[in-house]
Amino acid sequence: MTTLLTIIVLIFILIAIWQMVKIFDLAQAKSENSQVANDKDNTLNGYLMMGFLAFIYIITIVCFVKWGDLPLMSNSASDHGPTIDNLMIISMVLIFVTQTITQFLLHYFAFKYKGEKGRKALFFADNNRLEFIWTIIPVIVLAGLIIYGLNTWINITSVDETKDPLIVELYAQQFNWKARYSGADNTLGKANVRLIDIDRANILGLDEADPNAQDDVITTELHLPVGKPVLFKMRSQDVLHSAYMPHFRAQMNCVPGMITQFGFTPTITTVDMRATPQMVDKVANINKIRVENSKPLLAKGEEALERYEFNYLLLCNKICGKSHYNMQMKIIVETQEEYDAWIKEQKVFKNSLIN
Amino acid sequence: MSAHADTHAHDDDHGHHHKETFVTKYIFSQDHKMIAKQYLITGTIMGVIGVLMSMMFRMQIAWPEEPNVLFEALLGKWAPDGVMDADIYLALVTIHGTIMVFFVLTAGLSGTFSNLLIPLQIGARDMASGFLNMVSYWLFFLSSIIMVISLFVEAGPAAAGWTIYPPLSALPMAQGGSGMGMTLWLVSMAIFIASSLLGSLNYVVTVINLRTKGMSMTRLPLTIWAFFVTAVIGVVSFPVLLSAALLLIMDRSFGTSFFLSDIFIQGEVLHYQGGSPVLFEHLFWFLGHPEVYIVILPAMGLVSEIMASNSRKPIFGYRAMITSILAIAFLSTIVWGHHMFISGMNPFLGSVFTFTTLLIAIPSAVKAFNWITTLWKGNLQMNPAMLFSIGFVSTFITGGLTGIILGDSALDINVHDTYFVVAHFHLVMGISALYGMFAGIYHWYPKMFGRMLNKNLGYIHFWITAICAYGVFFPMHFIGMAGLPRRYYTNSNFPLFDDLANVNVIITIFALVGGVVQLIYLYNFFSSIFYGKEATQNPWKATTLEWTTPVEHIHGNWPGDIPHVYRWAYDYSNPQHDVDFVPQNVPLKDGEKELHH
Repeated sequence: MTTLLTIIVLIFILIAIWQMVKIFDLAQAKSENSQVANDKDNTLNGYLMMGFLAFIYIITIVCFVKWGDLPLMSNSASDHGPTIDNLMIISMVLIFVTQTITQFLLHYFAFKYKGEKGRKALFFADNNRLEFIWTIIPVIVLAGLIIYGLNTWINITSVDETKDPLIVELYAQQFNWKARYSGADNTLGKANVRLIDIDRANILGLDEADPNAQDDVITTELHLPVGKPVLFKMRSQDVLHSAYMPHFRAQMNCVPGMITQFGFTPTITTVDMRATPQMVDKVANINKIRVENSKPLLAKGEEALERYEFNYLLLCNKICGKSHYNMQMKIIVETQEEYDAWIKEQKVFKNSLIN
Repeated sequence: MSAHADTHAHDDDHGHHHKETFVTKYIFSQDHKMIAKQYLITGTIMGVIGVLMSMMFRMQIAWPEEPNVLFEALLGKWAPDGVMDADIYLALVTIHGTIMVFFVLTAGLSGTFSNLLIPLQIGARDMASGFLNMVSYWLFFLSSIIMVISLFVEAGPAAAGWTIYPPLSALPMAQGGSGMGMTLWLVSMAIFIASSLLGSLNYVVTVINLRTKGMSMTRLPLTIWAFFVTAVIGVVSFPVLLSAALLLIMDRSFGTSFFLSDIFIQGEVLHYQGGSPVLFEHLFWFLGHPEVYIVILPAMGLVSEIMASNSRKPIFGYRAMITSILAIAFLSTIVWGHHMFISGMNPFLGSVFTFTTLLIAIPSAVKAFNWITTLWKGNLQMNPAMLFSIGFVSTFITGGLTGIILGDSALDINVHDTYFVVAHFHLVMGISALYGMFAGIYHWYPKMFGRMLNKNLGYIHFWITAICAYGVFFPMHFIGMAGLPRRYYTNSNFPLFDDLANVNVIITIFALVGGVVQLIYLYNFFSSIFYGKEATQNPWKATTLEWTTPVEHIHGNWPGDIPHVYRWAYDYSNPQHDVDFVPQNVPLKDGEKELHH
């Protein structure tokens, strides 16, 4: 129904525009009908250029005021998160300043120098000093960004083995995630999709003869101890997937036939994150929306939407087929004790096989 | 090369026409002006299909899983009771991308204006090979037809995203669209690439060999420089995509394992071993990234030319503009890895590609500043083409700036494949290139059809489009930075994103208005062919050679001898002359100095 109404409204807008153009055309003197801009057009469109500049500024301000709290630029839940966020904020400020100035110059010049019959433009074809200035300024700014960016990138991607990270495998398949913990030996057992044996519940294709595989633990929820470095080894069994953990500023593709990796240290437990003022506001707002969205459902006699409670998520972020839009896994960051208690409850691989 | 076309091109006796039948004049024409129009109209039709698709999937995103009469009417079995199916959503996204990037902004833009302007602006009677030119168009037409046919395949059209990454695109069991739909997609693209290569070779040869007397490389209009460099990039990079497509066809149909290894799907292990999907990504983006410059450089050329002539001023920094085109072209071939920071390739490569990618911002900034300076102290004639050119610079800046975020590997980690990327590339190469194309159409319509487009319709077209373009893509950055992945059929499974739903509704409303407004343009375009105001020979008072040809098209372009060239293309408001433009074919006056050295 909404769409039908939209279509009808659009048709009316079109008719209105058509009528406006007819009026424009009729209002124009016959002799001037060359379809080339005259002084009147130049003036009108010159002013509209200033109007458009205002529009760009307004839409920028509105977006920041209304939706400025949406971007993930604070509240990161990993060790390296704040460095990414800082770099992001620096880049955004640079962009914002450049955008404001250049858009002003562009539209202001378009307004200021709108054509008048009989005036002659300035013949100004070249100026090496100007060219030099606006080559060297981007060079300096970008050099700074490149150095900062590469430094950050190298820090994030280099794995510090001396810190003895927890090794966890993220395993992707159409359309769900599994996690495999390496157990007491902190070494993942060998695996290959050719070894998958559904009848024996060897769903990730672990090498049953490998001693390292015996104590591996396969789960459908990802639990991480807070403050402990974790190194993810990613695998996929069918198509490309991407393990995206936005709150941790972490992402890596899962590629069939190879193992990819990404490591970080979670810094805020799920419970603590839920209690941050920012998250409290966000969740309250979302629940308000959900109550609103439930009204038509209740009216139809259906169940209301569940109350939302914040959880970290692992999302698939590489198109992977029909249900790509619902490929997710819950991540729970907890204290070491809670984690130890949880992992102890899980079945190790050798006990989970069906003989 | 056909001997027939050859004699035509150099025929000195061009004054009297050969008898042309309907077929040789309008269908299998070897005349570059007719071929340009064929490209434009085919591109327009494909554009309508592509935009319609985007309007449909935008409605799905805004009002997910809601019955929609439009879906029911257009999608048939893919929208039972008007509710869009998840598979067709991905197909719409995929084909929208393919059509807009290749069929509209490559063939429709480059094909139209390279064909129209290269011979006319360099002073040639036609392309080097009229026959190859004709073959190039008809291969494009064939590939368009195959792409459209693929929409009607039983299991659905290709739906693996326009980047068609295997294994998703390689395995019919992974996705319905990876069956016959993907086969047709690959065949269509292979033919498209052949067409593009024939066209590009022709452009390169023509620009190098057929310039009229006096037309040195440094007197060429920037349009020609842009088309020339674009053609070179195309010749270098398109064959790599062709090889990727062929290898993918081998994997799909002949059991090879170039891109596939260790796959377990639907309960069985496949035989593939030793291949790598990452190899495909490298091959794809080796074209894929230059491709965005293949799209944007011609638009830059058109905009430079239109801005100069409508500002009544020389383009500022002519040599800097050429240098930056060359720099962009060179850098464009060594930055493809920035699409692959998190693909699993060695992080060291990520560092290298971050470095080369951010370098591209330098020539791009130079160009933007030169355009802005071109306006300074000009006498701006606000024709619709000029508005679209200014709009081009505006969206190019807005979209280009966010490139320094996406090109930075550390930042890309968190915004990769989110709506932030969608917003970025739509502004910087989608909307910008489209504006460049519209600017070109408004400016050279009189040359193509001998009639003028209605300017008031043009103004309304521009202003509403401009507002909608920002309305769609500016807020989109914010939902992207909030972590919303692209290519999700619905976000309703993620309560986390519930607070983004109203932004999506606003975006969709702007998208719908923006899409429908293009009807004004289509009406203007098609009705003006027959009822438009008749054009004069040089309606914009421009300096380039195409405006010295008669309004009525003739084979061979000039009724008499080809004009010689005595000056550069930007003698606007030259202080040594009273008039504010001096065409390139006007000899220097006694004592006049050539001003741009």
